[in-house]
Amino acid sequence: MGSILSGAEAASLVRALPGVDAVGLEARAAGLATRSVKADAKAKAIDLAISMIDLTTLEGADTPGKVRSLAAKALRPDGDAPATAAVCVYPSMVAVAAEAVQGSTVKVASVATGFPAGQVPLDVRLADTEAAVRAGADEIDMVISRGAYLSGDLERVFHEIRAVKAASGEARLKVILETGELVTYDDVRRASWLAMYAGADFIKTSTGKVGVNATLPVTLLMMQAVRDYRAATGVQVGVKPAGGIRNTKDAIKYLVCVNEVLGDDWLSNEWFRFGASSLLNDLLMQRQKLKTGHYSGPDYVTVD
Amino acid sequence: MSKKATAGRLRVKKTYKLYVGGKFPRSESGRSYPVSSPDGTELANAALASRKDGRDAVAAARKAQRPWAGQTAYLRGQILYRAAEMLEGRAGQFAEELADATGAEAGAALGTVEAAIDRLVHYAGWTDKYTSVLGGANPVAGPYFNHTTPEPLGVIAVIAPQDDPFLGLIEAVAPAIATGNTVVVLASESKPLPALSFGEVLATSDLPGGVVNVLSGRAAEVAPHLAAHADVNGIDLSGVADAALASDLEAAAAETLKVVRRPGRSGSSLDLLRQWTEYKTVWHPAGMAATAGGGY
Repeated sequence: MGSILSGAEAASLVRALPGVDAVGLEARAAGLATRSVKADAKAKAIDLAISMIDLTTLEGADTPGKVRSLAAKALRPDGDAPATAAVCVYPSMVAVAAEAVQGSTVKVASVATGFPAGQVPLDVRLADTEAAVRAGADEIDMVISRGAYLSGDLERVFHEIRAVKAASGEARLKVILETGELVTYDDVRRASWLAMYAGADFIKTSTGKVGVNATLPVTLLMMQAVRDYRAATGVQVGVKPAGGIRNTKDAIKYLVCVNEVLGDDWLSNEWFRFGASSLLNDLLMQRQKLKTGHYSGPDYVTVD
Repeated sequence: MSKKATAGRLRVKKTYKLYVGGKFPRSESGRSYPVSSPDGTELANAALASRKDGRDAVAAARKAQRPWAGQTAYLRGQILYRAAEMLEGRAGQFAEELADATGAEAGAALGTVEAAIDRLVHYAGWTDKYTSVLGGANPVAGPYFNHTTPEPLGVIAVIAPQDDPFLGLIEAVAPAIATGNTVVVLASESKPLPALSFGEVLATSDLPGGVVNVLSGRAAEVAPHLAAHADVNGIDLSGVADAALASDLEAAAAETLKVVRRPGRSGSSLDLLRQWTEYKTVWHPAGMAATAGGGY
């Protein structure tokens, strides 16, 4: 169904979506966040969370050496801990990352399309995408034009996502909504549906480059959107909260939400990811705590 | 505590809370325990710290350690001196709390508080001197400038003396922070109130949050987790009276490679400063300057 919609149809469908009950959404998220996950269940949750991480470095100061050491950590975070889902880098670092993770389960994700602002012409954004795919990216994390979205030009946003999807070819496309800049829950819901109608394989909360990044209520709302979208169209879309998830406790809250809202179908790194960097070290320290019985510390994990 | 209120007025009682990361939380566990004077008068309820409060305190201390050690020695001295100033202004309150806690005479209690203030000033003076006294340039046979300097260990857990609840605690904490360590201190179990009030003094002394964290509770409950915590670099067992517990703590500390000490109030202040430092020796190539007999 998604593929046969025109931009105008998608925009009008999206505009007709009901508003979000903000109080109810936040109460639901807060309620799910109180679940206590301990012992064996916690150990499983930690390993699952590690396997869902897109281990990310998106700095102007990224070097091939830094990307290689990040890839090494993604492949073998600590002892018998599982590998992460992917490493996430800028397009210029994709070739380095692809070589470093070659032959493993770890994917290479690349941000593209003028990340993080998206304020560059469409042909540049498409060229950015194509270059990343050519260099070996398995996944493309694109940003939507918030400027176009906020000025009401939903059709343009739709067509741009379409075009980037086409430029991505085989690579899976994650569409970053930058929920912190969309501001309202209603707009997060609309943008989620718009991205899915346009062919997103994943919807992702944030770039990590603005003040407000992933929050539990926003992610919960996006989970509800992918659930409803599958019910309506039969197409399954993944969710990726990114930015601001720094400790095990938070990560487990998200996993509880996935389990409660989406169920087992989404509970793997095929359909749920964390965009994070410092989260991994906290997960590893908690993992060490469960193994050794005493608290660990930052001296016992790598400095990134 | 023992002061009579104006007739008809209901006294506002103070809630004694923990001091962790610059804040005053209740125990994460929600528990508290009654604290009494030696004659059985109930003084107040103090928070009963749990394992997780210990962990939170260590996390706060770890976060604060690098910036604290990175401050200039001069500033660390100024801040310790500031703590002494703050304490001076509240000497009466502390003397009263101490007299209630230990049953000491009012005059003796004030004397103890004044001694504690003097110790803070003393260690304030040491912050920019101990590196020169303990470290130095070493004569070596080669073209190197070789020097040794003491560096802070990191995060220190202190089980404070049980019967000397105020001066003993300051004597344990001040040298540790003077050298750039951060501290998690478990106050005297039966007499924690002066230590908890001391947290308020530190909070108003420009001491960055997390440099000193004060917990109140049972040593037998909290200390094993501090001793086993891999992110604690040293532990002071002065306040552990039970020999069996002490040997368990030493064993747990050995598993995670900790420095274990029980200095009490023995030793010179230089010894106390030295105990939470480790020596770094640097071989700095001196090249032509040294072979030519010049420069170094």
